[in-house]
Formats: sequence, structure tokens, C-alpha cells
Amino acid sequence: MRDEIYKRLLKDKLFKTVVIFLSFISTVPLFFILFHLIKNGLSSLNIEFLFNLPKPIGEEGGGIANAIVGTFILILISSFLSIPLGISAGIFMAENRNSKLYKIINLLVEILQGVPSIVLGIVAYLWVVKPMKHFSALSGGIALAIMMLPVIIKSTEETINLIPESLKEASLALGVPYYKTILFVILPSGLSGILTGILIGISRIAGETAPLLFTAFGNPYMNLNIFKPVESLPHLIYNYAKSPFSEWHQKAWAASFVLILMVFTLNILSKWVIRKWKVRF
Amino acid sequence: MKEMDSGKGHKFRKDLILEIAFRKILSLSAILVILLILSIFITLVIHSSPSLKAFGFKFLFTKTWDPVLNQFGALPFLVGTILTSFLALIISLPFSISASIFLGEYFREGKLSFLVKSLIELLGGIPSIIYGFWGLFVLVPVVRSIQIKLGVAPYGVCIFTASIILSIMIIPYATTIGREVIELVPSEIKEAAYSLGATRYEVIKKVILPYASSGIISGIILSLGRALGETMAVTMVIGNSNYLPRHIFSPSNTMASVIANEFTEATGDLYLSALVEIGLLLFVVTFCVNYIGRYIIKKYTITQ
Repeated sequence: MRDEIYKRLLKDKLFKTVVIFLSFISTVPLFFILFHLIKNGLSSLNIEFLFNLPKPIGEEGGGIANAIVGTFILILISSFLSIPLGISAGIFMAENRNSKLYKIINLLVEILQGVPSIVLGIVAYLWVVKPMKHFSALSGGIALAIMMLPVIIKSTEETINLIPESLKEASLALGVPYYKTILFVILPSGLSGILTGILIGISRIAGETAPLLFTAFGNPYMNLNIFKPVESLPHLIYNYAKSPFSEWHQKAWAASFVLILMVFTLNILSKWVIRKWKVRF
Repeated sequence: MKEMDSGKGHKFRKDLILEIAFRKILSLSAILVILLILSIFITLVIHSSPSLKAFGFKFLFTKTWDPVLNQFGALPFLVGTILTSFLALIISLPFSISASIFLGEYFREGKLSFLVKSLIELLGGIPSIIYGFWGLFVLVPVVRSIQIKLGVAPYGVCIFTASIILSIMIIPYATTIGREVIELVPSEIKEAAYSLGATRYEVIKKVILPYASSGIISGIILSLGRALGETMAVTMVIGNSNYLPRHIFSPSNTMASVIANEFTEATGDLYLSALVEIGLLLFVVTFCVNYIGRYIIKKYTITQ
């Protein structure tokens, strides 16, 4: 009897140890990745690296300014395309939960969330690059906008659903028109949720490479024209990593460090927005 | 007095027009989103039709992929995708379930919980290109030395390497879902088991895991969906070989990685169309996997 109890207690302890051990092992890759990024990336990271254009292989110096600017251009295009559409579609979903249209759009948005990014790249290629006959920042922005769209729609819908009905009713009872109620009562009180969704969406696309391979394509020069190919940070890392030159590998490490800093900042910012601005009811 | 009335009436009419316009804009944007998603699917079907016509169902079972002879079959990539994804799933399973139990049961609150949760979330936020790059320069040499010890061709880039990278990438995703469903297990039934003298291990094994099993399974299925479509990390470490893989240490290609590698080089309509058809296949497969995962969550998870 006693032995039996000891055995069970031992099993309990053993299980807990294994769970804790495996959970900590799961976080180990993060430290490895960060360690290598810092070790290899930090040494070639300096102000010049951020503000200079790439130089041909063999020449000293050179930076990634074109890729940083390109990434911002792509983020701007896709935000411009997806945020207004996403928010208004999200409002529609939250406000018409019983309509037939709701069921269709809900299903389709969930499908879109699961579509691999490379497939969206194919679609943007067929829609924009093929008719225009050349790669462009615009096509890359469109592919990324489609990726960002479901995140914004879902976060807008969920945020608005969390706002109590009484707030809306109070506003309507005072004679405020419906559109003003939504725009000036509901949306501001859900601002933190929507903003978080936007930040999460941006952090999702900022590191995305696959759809850019055959849309934005990459460009060794600075380009501000959205109808021309443009470089982006993740694509630059891909190109440099594949190259046989160790100088370029070094630059890829440094660029990875910059990219991960950017993505982590966005993630932490979105957490901060939730905590700081959350309207509680 | 009269003037004020007409002023009010004017304002009222303006509001009414704006009101109607606002509602129209909302439904219009919803319809636009629906059309957008449908046209994604339709575009894929239209552009893969030359390949669909030329190869039909044989496309799925042919193992030659030869752009020179215009012979295209997707079997090597289907096998490559299935092998990498399932291997990644098996590798990640003990870790993601442990982390789910850790965060959902043992350490729900407190500093340790916050630390582990944040670390796993950060892991989930790393862009896939960085996983691929890190894998190529850190993991590939390690795998190469394993291959030398095993006596197989030491490529370093192979299905096994891709699976390890993929498993690291899906752990955060599966853990988030697993933790949520484990947290949902009502404390009454746990307390009932404790009051009967069960140890914590027995409660987890006989109460929590069975109760949360459907949620955990759908979490696994959803992370499979993610693994199937993952592109960059896999492309960089899988070796890009268009032949049928012999074992998990041979280089291969997945559906996503062959598109990433060959799409810009695709000359000829049939070549491009065959690649689009692989994209369509990927779309359909991930759709089915995600749909099943979400269906299980909705159907069997008891929400409080």
C-alpha cells in the first residue's frame, strides 16, 4: 500500500520534471538564434550600414538603406490598401452577425488566414506583374495587403464585439445617428484593439519573403517608384545568404539583426498598446 | 423659430444621406472582401488549366519534373511536403504539449509563466527567413556531421533539417492553442479528482488531457496546416532536389519551395501553369486541413 503511494507520488514528480524540462527546451532555439544573430550581426552593424547603399562584392563598406526604405514602402502600400478595407469589413461583420453575408465572409476570411503566403505571391504575380510585364513594389504591396487583411478584419470584429451593447444604445438613444455612433463612440473605444491588430498585421508582413520573390523582386539600388522593383529586408537576407561570398553572409547576419529588432519592437509595441489603452467595461 | 426648424430638417436629411452612404460602404467593403477571396481561387484555377488539361489526375502521381521535355508531375513535391510536415509535427509534439501543460496547468500565473510565455511568443514572431538563414548556417553543419556518422551522403541540406526548423516554428503556434484549451478545463472537475486522492499527474492524464483532447488535436491539425505552407525556411535548408526522396536524409523539395525556386525562371506557359497548379493544390490542401481543425474546435470545445 505504502509502496503504491510512493510510486504514484514519484510518477507525479517525474512527470512534472519532464514537463518543465521539455518546456524549457522549447525556448532554447530562441537563445541560439539570438546568440548567433548578435554574435555575427552586431560586429558589422554601424550607422553607415543603415544609411549606405550596397556596394559590389570586393568593395569595403556598403549598407542596406535600399532594403530598409523598400520594406517601409511595401508596408505603407499594404497598410494603405488593407487597413481601410479591413476595418470597414470588420465593422460590417460585428454589426451584422445574423445576416447571410456574415456566414460567407466569416468562412472566407478564415480560409484566407490559412492560405500560404507563397500562393498569394502567385496571385499578385498573375494580377499585376504579368499584365504590367515587369516586377513592381505595387505588386508586392498587394500580396502583403491580402496577407494583412484577415488579421485586421478579425481584430476589428472581435474588438467591436467586446464593446457592450449598452454603450451603442445609449448613444443612439441620445439621437446620435448610426454612422456617428460607430465612428465617434464605438471605434474610439475599440481603438486599442484595432491598433493592436494593425501592428500584429504589420509585424506579420514585415518579415515575409515568399510572396516578394516574384512580385517586388529586389533591387540593388534605391527606388521610391512603386511601379519599379524594390528591395526589402527579408529578400536581401535571402539573396545574401544564398550567395557564395562570406562578406555578404556577414551583411545578411547584420540585416537579420535589424529585421528581428524591427519585428520584436512591433510585437512589444502591440502588447504595450493593449495594456496602456485598453478600455475596460 | 421657422428658420431653426428648416435648419434642423436640413441637418436631418444630411444625416440620413450619410447614414445610408455609411451602411452602403460597410456592406460594399464586405462584398469586396468576398469577391477578392473568390477571385484568388478563380485566378489559380484559370491559370492552372493548361496544366490541368495536359496532365489531368496523372499530375499527382507522376514523378518526373522536367522543364526541358515539358513533362510535369508533382509526386516528388507531394512526398517531400508530407514527409517534412509530419516529421516536424512528430518532433514538435512532446515539446508543444509539455509547454501547453506547463502554461495551462502548472504555472498559470507568476513570473515564471510570464517568462516562458513571452519567450515562446517571441519565438513565434521570428520571421521565417531568419529561421531559414540560421538553419542554413548553424543547423546544416550539425546535420552534416550526423550524416557522416550515419554513413549517408553528407549533404546537410535534407528533409530532416527542414523538419527540425519547421518543428521549432510550429511549437509556439501549437502551444498557444493547447494552453488556451487546457485553461478552459473547469476547476470543479479537477477538484473532484483531487478530492478522490488523485495526484496532479493523474489529474492531468485522466481529467485534463481527455477533456482538452479535441482542442489539442485541432491545435495539432492547425499547426500542420501552417507547416504545409511554410516556404522560406524550408526552401533554404531542404536542398531543392526534384527527385523522389529515398529517405529523410536525402535532399528534396516541398510544394511551396519548388514554387519559390522556379517561379521566376519558369519559361513557357505549361511550365508556369504547372507551378500555378501546385499553388492551387497547396491552397486546396491547406484549406481542407484548416477547415477540419477549426471544425473540431467549434464542434467539440465546450466554451464557458
